Amino acid sequence: MDRLSKLLEAALFSASRPLTLGELRRLDPDASEADVRGALESVRLRYDEGGHGIELVHVAEGYQVLTRPELADMIVQAQLVDRPRRLSTAAMETLAIIAYRQPVGRAEVEEIRGVAVDGVLRLLVERGLVDVVGRSEGLGRPLLYGTTPLFLELLGLASLDELPRLDELSVALTPLVAVGPDLAP
Amino acid sequence: MTVVARAAVDDTGFIVRLEEFSGPLDLLLTLIREQEIDITDIPIAQIADQFVAAIHGLGLNQAADYLEMAARLLRIKIQLLLPRPLNDEDWEDPRAELVRRLLEYEQVHEIVGWLTGRATLRADRFPRGWTPPDPERPPPPLILDLAQLLQTVDDVIRAMPQPLLHRVVPRPLDVEGATRRVEALLRERGGFDLREAFGPAPTPADVISTLLAILELARLGRVRLVQATPFGTVDIRRGPTEQAA
Repeated sequence: MDRLSKLLEAALFSASRPLTLGELRRLDPDASEADVRGALESVRLRYDEGGHGIELVHVAEGYQVLTRPELADMIVQAQLVDRPRRLSTAAMETLAIIAYRQPVGRAEVEEIRGVAVDGVLRLLVERGLVDVVGRSEGLGRPLLYGTTPLFLELLGLASLDELPRLDELSVALTPLVAVGPDLAP
Repeated sequence: MTVVARAAVDDTGFIVRLEEFSGPLDLLLTLIREQEIDITDIPIAQIADQFVAAIHGLGLNQAADYLEMAARLLRIKIQLLLPRPLNDEDWEDPRAELVRRLLEYEQVHEIVGWLTGRATLRADRFPRGWTPPDPERPPPPLILDLAQLLQTVDDVIRAMPQPLLHRVVPRPLDVEGATRRVEALLRERGGFDLREAFGPAPTPADVISTLLAILELARLGRVRLVQATPFGTVDIRRGPTEQAA
């Protein structure tokens, strides 16, 4: 393995969060972005083909070394790690709305979900999945929320672009077929 | 009969069931789905009644969001019942806004499904930086069958010299008596030492009763407690209200 790959491996091993390409490039000022990408690829191949228990994953706009999913059950059974706690449906709904509408205020989330969300919102902020990203210009200048890099990390997404596009969903918000008065019950 | 509607009839089951819904839209959508109703042509009268039945009996503060939806449904139901002029071009289906919200919510539902799938996949990959569980934490749940469990209980019971029965012992605390004793002492002498208040050969219960009595009297301002040095003797004197009286 060349020196750059070794450096990348060491940096990724020591970090407890995904490292971005920009951060990784700081390891060697002489290396171009293409060099770093190439070296990352060689690390990835080494893990994939060398029979390793870990793999290099592109996640949260960065790179991270993670254990292989097929080994998860055994590691958890041995009580060496815990799986992250699952979020409630209420939390997931709130997260979904924020992910698609960010920056978005609490009132809009409540309008869509049809329930008060302050408790859930506080929980999401506490867990670092959502954060205040600004204030609306509207009345009372309400806080606006957006998702954090941790949100991407916990969903294994490389970036927000990986979220399904709204027109790819089976329920698309297309203009409705007019419901005539004669159809009223 | 649908699951939700049936659950609503059964007075014991529906609250637990309601907690499965993340909000009124979720409940409404479930009702609609279970009956395979066309979302753009909801029989409002029927759905409104089912919705009200489903939330019936839930604590008010808990169900505020549901009540709001119930009111909305009933309003739409009424609007549809009102007569309207024929060929009214401006007439808008009062259900339109509800349909839009339901579709929007259904979309959120689909996204949640997708996100949950991703989260589940990701949960099987562990990053570095996981702190190992505390070795002091309780051991994992025991894996044993009922026979083993009963055998162990039997062993424990046999090991006891006699069956331990829970006995209720009346509490020997007598704060009222202690209060009377302290007040009598106060009348007799202007001040005295805390140990004198306990009386001769006090039991722990006597000491506790007396302490409670003195603290209560001090709270009422009828005695004053003075302790010159830490752990020193505590002097009990007449308090401000007692002196005034």
